[in-house]
Formats: sequence, C-alpha cells, structure tokens
Amino acid sequence: MTAAAPAPKANLGQPVPRYDAAAKVMGRATYASDMPLDNPAYAFLVTSAIAKGRIDRFELDDAKRVRGVIDIVTHENAPKLKESKLFSNGGYAGTTIQPLKSAEIAHDGQIIAVVVAESYEAAREAANRVKVSYSAAAPSATFDSPGTTAAAAKGQNSQFKEDPKVGDFAKAFDAAEVKLSVSYETPTQHHNPMELFTTSCAWMGDNLVIYEGSQYVYGLKNGVAEQLGIDADKVRVVNPYVGGGFGSRGSMTPRTAIIAAIAKRLNRPIKLVPTRDQGFTIATYRAETRHEIRLGASRDGRLVALRHEGAEVSSRPDAYCVGGTKTTTRLYACPNVDSLVSIVRADRNTPGFMRSPPEVPYLFALESALDELAVKLNMDPVELRRINDATRDPIDGKPYTSRSLMACFDEAAKAFGWSQRSPQPKSMSDGDWLIGYGCAATCYPTQMAPSAARVRLQRDGRTRVEIAGHEIGTGAYTVIAQTAAERLGVPLEKVAVFMGDSDLPPAPVAGGSNSTASTCSAVMMVCDQIRQRLFKALMPNDSLADKAKETVGISPAPSTQAAKGDRSLDIEKAFDALGVGVVEEYGEWKPEGAPLDSFRAMHNGQVRLVGGHQMKDQIAYAFGAEFVEVRVNRFTHEIRCPRLVGAFAAGRIMNPRTARSQLMGGLIWGMSSALLEATEIDERNARYVNDNLADYLVPVNADVPGVEVIMLSEQDDHINPVGAKGLGELANVGTNAAICNAIYHATGQRIRKLPVRLENIEL
Amino acid sequence: MRPFSYQRASDPDMAVQALGAAAAANDPLTKAAAQPLAGGTTLIDLMKLDVMRPTAIVDISPLAQAWSAIAPGGDGLRLGALAKMSDVAAHAEIQRSYPVIADSLKLAASAQLRNMATLGGNVMQRTRCNYFRDVSYENCNKRNPGSGCAAMDGVNRMHAVLGTSDQCIATYPGDFAQALIALDAMVEVTGKAGTRSMPFAQLHKRPGSTPDIETALQPGELISAFSIQGRWPRSVYLKARDRQSYEFALSSAAIALDIQDGTIRDARVALGGVATVPWRAREAEALLKGQKFDDGLPQRVADAAFADARGRRHNSFKIALGKRVVARALQQAVTMEI
Repeated sequence: MTAAAPAPKANLGQPVPRYDAAAKVMGRATYASDMPLDNPAYAFLVTSAIAKGRIDRFELDDAKRVRGVIDIVTHENAPKLKESKLFSNGGYAGTTIQPLKSAEIAHDGQIIAVVVAESYEAAREAANRVKVSYSAAAPSATFDSPGTTAAAAKGQNSQFKEDPKVGDFAKAFDAAEVKLSVSYETPTQHHNPMELFTTSCAWMGDNLVIYEGSQYVYGLKNGVAEQLGIDADKVRVVNPYVGGGFGSRGSMTPRTAIIAAIAKRLNRPIKLVPTRDQGFTIATYRAETRHEIRLGASRDGRLVALRHEGAEVSSRPDAYCVGGTKTTTRLYACPNVDSLVSIVRADRNTPGFMRSPPEVPYLFALESALDELAVKLNMDPVELRRINDATRDPIDGKPYTSRSLMACFDEAAKAFGWSQRSPQPKSMSDGDWLIGYGCAATCYPTQMAPSAARVRLQRDGRTRVEIAGHEIGTGAYTVIAQTAAERLGVPLEKVAVFMGDSDLPPAPVAGGSNSTASTCSAVMMVCDQIRQRLFKALMPNDSLADKAKETVGISPAPSTQAAKGDRSLDIEKAFDALGVGVVEEYGEWKPEGAPLDSFRAMHNGQVRLVGGHQMKDQIAYAFGAEFVEVRVNRFTHEIRCPRLVGAFAAGRIMNPRTARSQLMGGLIWGMSSALLEATEIDERNARYVNDNLADYLVPVNADVPGVEVIMLSEQDDHINPVGAKGLGELANVGTNAAICNAIYHATGQRIRKLPVRLENIEL
Repeated sequence: MRPFSYQRASDPDMAVQALGAAAAANDPLTKAAAQPLAGGTTLIDLMKLDVMRPTAIVDISPLAQAWSAIAPGGDGLRLGALAKMSDVAAHAEIQRSYPVIADSLKLAASAQLRNMATLGGNVMQRTRCNYFRDVSYENCNKRNPGSGCAAMDGVNRMHAVLGTSDQCIATYPGDFAQALIALDAMVEVTGKAGTRSMPFAQLHKRPGSTPDIETALQPGELISAFSIQGRWPRSVYLKARDRQSYEFALSSAAIALDIQDGTIRDARVALGGVATVPWRAREAEALLKGQKFDDGLPQRVADAAFADARGRRHNSFKIALGKRVVARALQQAVTMEI
C-alpha cells in the first residue's frame, strides 16, 4: 500500500485505480470542446468594459472586414430567447441577467456581442476590432459601496427558509461569564476550473446536441430547451469528462442558449471557447461575505450563547445566498442560539455555488471565533470542542446519524504531533521562521437526491452501467464501476460505465457532495433487480427479496445465494434458465424523505436534495479535524504552510484512493483560500482586476510540501443504502480557520480577514 | 491577436534588417511594427491580450548559436542574450562566482518558463500591471499616451513605490535585471551600424512623462550580450513573494559586497518588485562603502534605499517590506561563507 492507495480498514472499499486514469494521462479523454464537429463556425465573445449603464452604439465595420467573419450578434439582432428562472425559484439558470436582450449593462464583463467566423483566430481578431460606445453610470461594487441595498435573506430567497434560533440568546449572552464578539471577512473567489467555459452546439434538424462541461446535464438540457422554447426531448447534452467544476457548472449560464440559437440561425455547428478572463464574468463565483460572531461561555468552556450574523453580496436581480448559519448554529451543543443572514445587492454578476458554498465562509468565522474563545479561556482548542461536542442538533433536537468529530480530532492531533505545541503564541521558531500550530473542525451535510440507472449484464459477465452522472474529476466512474462489480459479482474490468450524457437515465447535479451516495444507491438497486431476476430463474420457488436486502449497504462482496460457488457458471445457468442473452434493468431510486414530486423533478432537471438538517428525524453530517503548521518569516513576513493534516469520517469510503485525492485537494484548496485566493475588485468601476491565472493565485507544488489525509472507519446505516457520506466538499471547509489559528499561534496576531497576506502581519 | 507575418532570421544582419525595415519613424520600440521573438514567453501573451499588435514577427532563435555564450573568465563574465535562463542558473561557475545572478534567475518564473525564456527577453519583459494588460481600460499612458493611468487610484498592490511619475506607477517585474544593475553590467546592442555597448543601468527608462518609452533601444536594435567585470562571490538575491514559486517579487534585493579584512570595500544594492525600472540604490551603497559592519548598519542602509519611496493606497506596505528585505539580504551577504 502506498499513500495514494491507503491500507484497508473497516468499511473502506478497495483503492482500485481510477477507471479513467489511463485515458486522462494519455490524452485520450475527450472533453466537451474536443468533440469533433462537422464544419463548425467559431464564436468569440465581446464583453462589456463597464459594470453599469447602456450601450450607445457599436462600430462594427472594422470587425466585419476581417476575413472569415460570418456574423456579429448584438442585442440589436440577437435571436429572442425565453427567460429562465433562477434554479432556486424552480428554473435552471444561475443568473437571470440575460445578455443580448437590450442595451442595458448590469455587470462587468457581460456578454454584449458574439462574433462568429470561419476560424477561432478570425473570430478573435474581429472581436478585438469591435468598438463600443457606452453611457456609463456609477456602479456599486461591493459592501460599503454607495448605492448598495441590504435586506434579510429570509423572504427573498426561497431556499433560505429560516434564520435558525433557539432559546434566549440575548439573555444568555448578557449573563455569560466569558464573552467574545468579533467580525470576520472572506473575499470574492472564482473557481477557475482548468476547462474553460466552452460550449459547442450542433443541430440535426430539430434536434440539438450540446457539448459542454456541466455538473448537471439534465438541468442544462431542460434549461436550454426552455429558453429556446422547444421540447426538452429534442436537446441532448454530452460531456463524458468535465475538466473541473467546483460548482461553477452546476446551473445554466446564459451562453449556452445564445450559442444554440445562433447555431440554429446560421444552420451550422458553433464552437465557443471563451477566454480565462471572460470566465470571471460569464459564470458564477463565490461572493465576498462578512460575519459578526458572538459567543458566550461558562468559565469551564461550555457554550451558553451563540449568535452568527452573516452578510453576502449578490447581484441586483438575484437574491443568491449560501446562508451557512444552518450549519454553524448546529455544530456545537449550545442552548441559546440566534442568527441572521442578509444579502447586499450590488452591480455584479450573480454569484453561485463554489465548493462547500455555505460552510467555507461561515465555518471560517465560527472556527476562528472558537479558537479566540479558547485563548480567552486559556484552554486547548481541541478540548474546547470536546466540551461542546453535540450528539443532537441543538436547534431541532434531532440526533446525528453518526458523528465522529472528536475521534477525528484525536486521530489528526496524534498524527500531527499536537502535543508538541507550546501553547504560548510566538513561542516556537526555526531560524528565520516563526512556527505556529492551529486546528479547526470541518463538516459538510450528507445529502442525497433521486437518481435512476440502467444496468445490462451479459452472459459472459460483461456489464454496462448507464447513468447521466458526471465525472468532474472526483472518481465517479470508478466508484460506480466498483459498486456494480461488487453487487453483481463480476470482475471490475468487465464493467463499463457510461455517464455525462442526458440521453442516459437521469442522475442529480454533481453538487452538494451527493453524487456518490445518490448514483451508487441507484446502481446498487438496479443491480439487485438483475440479481433478483437471475435468482428467480434458478430458484423460482425461493424468495430473494429478504436475502437481497440483507446484503444491501455494507457487504464487501456479493453474497447472493445464486452467485455462490462458481459465479460465472451460475450466471450462465441463470441465463440458460431465463433463455435470454442479456439481462437489462432500469430503476429509479430516491432517498427516504424525498418529496412526492421527486421523480418527475428528476426527469425535468430539477434537484430535490434530501439530507443534512432537513432529514425527518435525524441530522446527517460528515466531520473532520484539520491541523496545520504555518511558518511566518520574521523578516519578509511571508507565510508558508509546510504541513496540512486532516482526519475525516464520512461513513463508507467507497474507494480510499479517489477519496484521499478529494480530501487532499480540499486541504490544499483550503490553504489556498486562506493565503492566496482573492478576486480583486476595482471599487471605482465594479470590475474584477486580477482575472487571470497569473494574478489570481493558486498554490504551486512548492507551496504544499506536506499533506496527510487520514480516513477513519465509520459506519452509518441511517443515511442511504450505500452508507456513504459525501466528502468532496468536506476538506476545504475547516482549513481557513486552522491556518488563521496557526498564524495567531506563530505571531500572536489574530487576522480576521481572508486571504492573509504578508502585509497583514506585523511583528 | 491580429494577423502577422513570421520570418526566421538566420543571422544577426538579417534580424536587424528585418526589424528595422518595418519601423516607422518616431515609433517607440514597444509599438514597433516588427518585434523579435526569442523564448516568446512575454510577447505571445501580450499579442493574445491584444496589448501588442506587431504586424511582423522576426524569430531570432536561429541566432542562439552565436548569442548564447555562458562565459565566465578570469576578468569577468559574458552572457549571450539568447542563453536560456535555466542554463545560466544551473551553471556551476555562475553559482560560485555570481550567486546573485544564479539565484535571481532560479527564483524567477517556473521551470518550464526558465527553459524557454532567454536572458535578453527576460530583461525586456514588460510590466504585469493589470490595467496595462487589459485593453478594455482606455486609460493607460503606456498603451495610449496621454490617456491617464487607471492604476494610480485603482488596485495597485503590486505597483511601484520608487521611480514612479504622475503618469505611471507600473512595476518592472523582472529579477535578473536587479543582479545586472547591481554588478554594473554592460549591455551589448547589435543594430544596423554594428554593435554598441552601454551600461545596463541606462537600458531602462523611468516612466516620467513618456511611460510608453521603456528602454533606450531603437527599433531594429537587439541585445546581443551582457558583460560583467570581476567576480562577485559574496552576493545574494532575496525575494519576497506571495507564494513559494512561480510568482513575481513583492520586494527583492540584489546585494553584492567586497569585504576585505572586515571593511566593506565595495557594495552594491539593487531593488526589485518596488520600482518602475531595475533599481540601483546608490545612497544605500554610499553608507556601506568603507565601513565596518555593525548591527545598526542594515537598518540605516535600508532606510536610505527607500528614502524617496512613495506608496499609494494598496502598495504602501512595500516600503516597510522592502526595507526589511534589504536589511536581511545585507545580513545574509555579510555572513555568507565564500
């Protein structure tokens, strides 16, 4: 066993190599913009240079003269599209700002023209030659900018139903022996997946095929159909591989329907490859947030009062918010809790999901504040968390399905060497470097959604699994193949998985870390349908139903009576008894507590997530603990993070190799978020300034010399048939706070605004 | 990117000819219709961004054979302008006798870029000012003389605090140039009239009222070599930056000392990441020359180096940072074992 393929433990699956590893390493994996098109035209976007105002006129003569230009589409001649509602209001869109509809400009970098040409180069050159005259108005950029408006999230965002509260916060805080009242800030961030926000659209008569990296092919298919005013069955979205999503491809962006409509008008396939900087404004991002935290505790460290107030920036028309108080008010046992989330509207593009959307900013605030409280109490921060560990949701009183938070702290602390820490700030150093140790809790809700699957088994054991899931780099192909192989008792190499195609049975959005639990539960169920048929063929008078159920969930290998002994022989016998060459089953699975309209919504490209605190009688979260070593240079004040150690418990780990990779990537991103990543906004004109990968910093290898991932054995029979909690968004949650807590330990300086840069350090 | 013609120059004459032929009168070099292509790591980027719009590209990589010497000798060092950054950084004698050069190159860019980029192209790389690199901003005096400067009151954390003017505060981004200016390098320029030689310190022009004029080179001229007198084994390059690799300096210092019997006979101090051009801090050097080292000296030298610095909204921190970097680099240079 190597670090990449961790040794087996209870309830850990096999660390089999990635299903798609060879294809990716050898460059054979075809991403959306690699798909060959028949005689395509190429589109290049022109985006606005102002954030608010209107277009007075275009001068297009120079651009039209470029050889190969076919068409230049502006609001004056754009195809008419129907509006799509925001995903949270029953629609599909990530923004309701529809470009090319009028001369109005609502945000920086809005699409204002599409140049179509015979080559990418001609389209780009012509786009460079488009001249635009604007009447610019003064935009509101962000918090504190003149002209912004603020209001409570409750009542304007249908997905934010309630500000959680319990007990009497004000009274308890007043009476608390120890009090803390602090503010935190997080910056604007952009996902910057490697794959750009491309789209290719090709019509065959009335049928449209879209090649586009998407985290939700059914959502995109239905959304584009709605905008074009055509039957969703006429639209197919294809993307067998997605070059990173991180939330940015979860909901529909305006570009797709625009390109599809232009392709229809020109009667030619069109390929759009926007630039990196255009990606900052034609898709979504993580908006900046502010937090006020108040904690009251007894001298022995018990929390008696907790209040979390959060404010988030959104666009003028769309009340997007992440509302992470749903998690921060439930993480620790506290009898008196209050919270409030508000939304500040500015002249910006609409923000959207970005890896662990609610938890990243909100847990940064809470887990930093807890560390500050530990300092006030003169208490080890791990012990403070132990004292306040909860077995029930403090708001609704429901029990956690399983909760290994303190086990994670203990394992990670041991691996990290937490006991070597001298608690006093500024007390550890090595040459030019001050050393700090810090830790924080991490958590993410366990979510599931309805999913369908089709499985086909051949007499020779060859198996084909079809499901419109998404390989966004997480290992989805691999764990689905493993699930089918295990349930059917066929060798892994005989299983072929087909995903990323909206002609396949629907799967939910690859978001909210629900994919593994949802898709594998569906695949498992359909495999059991096949087993049942085989079983019945051999033993028509016996009932498999109960026996099959016994094996659902945690069995490491199939224990079907029919498949005992020489399995392939049994399969052959069963096929003979059935008198068929192929057995194929389709099924639709939904989690317990899913709403009545779940399956209809699933086919319509609308997600019905179940889980987290919204389960009926229980609350389900995955947990972890993260420890970091930070070094701060005495002279340059440069901040480096040589060690990241995380321990995580997330129910059944389907594949420790792909899981480790996810968790490791999360820790690295968390560090990046704490120390490097921020989209700079020019407040004068509400424009993003560092909109490229040279200036929007992400870590390089030299920044992450040591990352250790520990996966705990945890069994949870209450969440889903697979027994898996999503972990894709688990690891990058706690790191921000852990880093700032370590910086405090290194320097004695508490920094409450991210990212932390060398100029924020005063020694 | 706009259409351009491409030709390979097989010898220096042809290169100079091709570059000079397309030049219009009074065009600053940065706007010359013909641009030389060596490693291509800056020029191609700027063409894609539509910042540079040459109509002719003259590929000078065939000149590498003649122009990529790495020649340390008894009396000094000669470096061909087409030597690759990575080759010079890895050269054992450069590391021994000119650590400031080796380190300035090693700490720049990424391994992939260092393998492509040439020394000449490196010193000629243009600023990373976001407002310069984004043509949707009209107001850039470098791109559109007289249009104003969007960076002046914009997001200017990376911008310069020394050598600025009310027209431009764009930082000179390179590292290697600080080593060259510190060591009194000469730059050899090949043009129509043959080769001429000038102090490297005269190559870059402060923005003043003409930020579009960045160097003393004329269209049709190429850097062919750099030369340095003597050896500088007691020299360091210290670079402070946001991440551990592949990132421009927030502040850097190139220090070279000649210490004999405890007395600093000669001292060189150059600053990077903080100035509009490669920056020599002569006032700081004056405090060192002829002195014996004492614990207060680094601070006095650092204060002198930044005496004229002027910060703006987001970059004022560079003054305090720059001083600490100079002081620490000086301590390192004094204590280094040679």
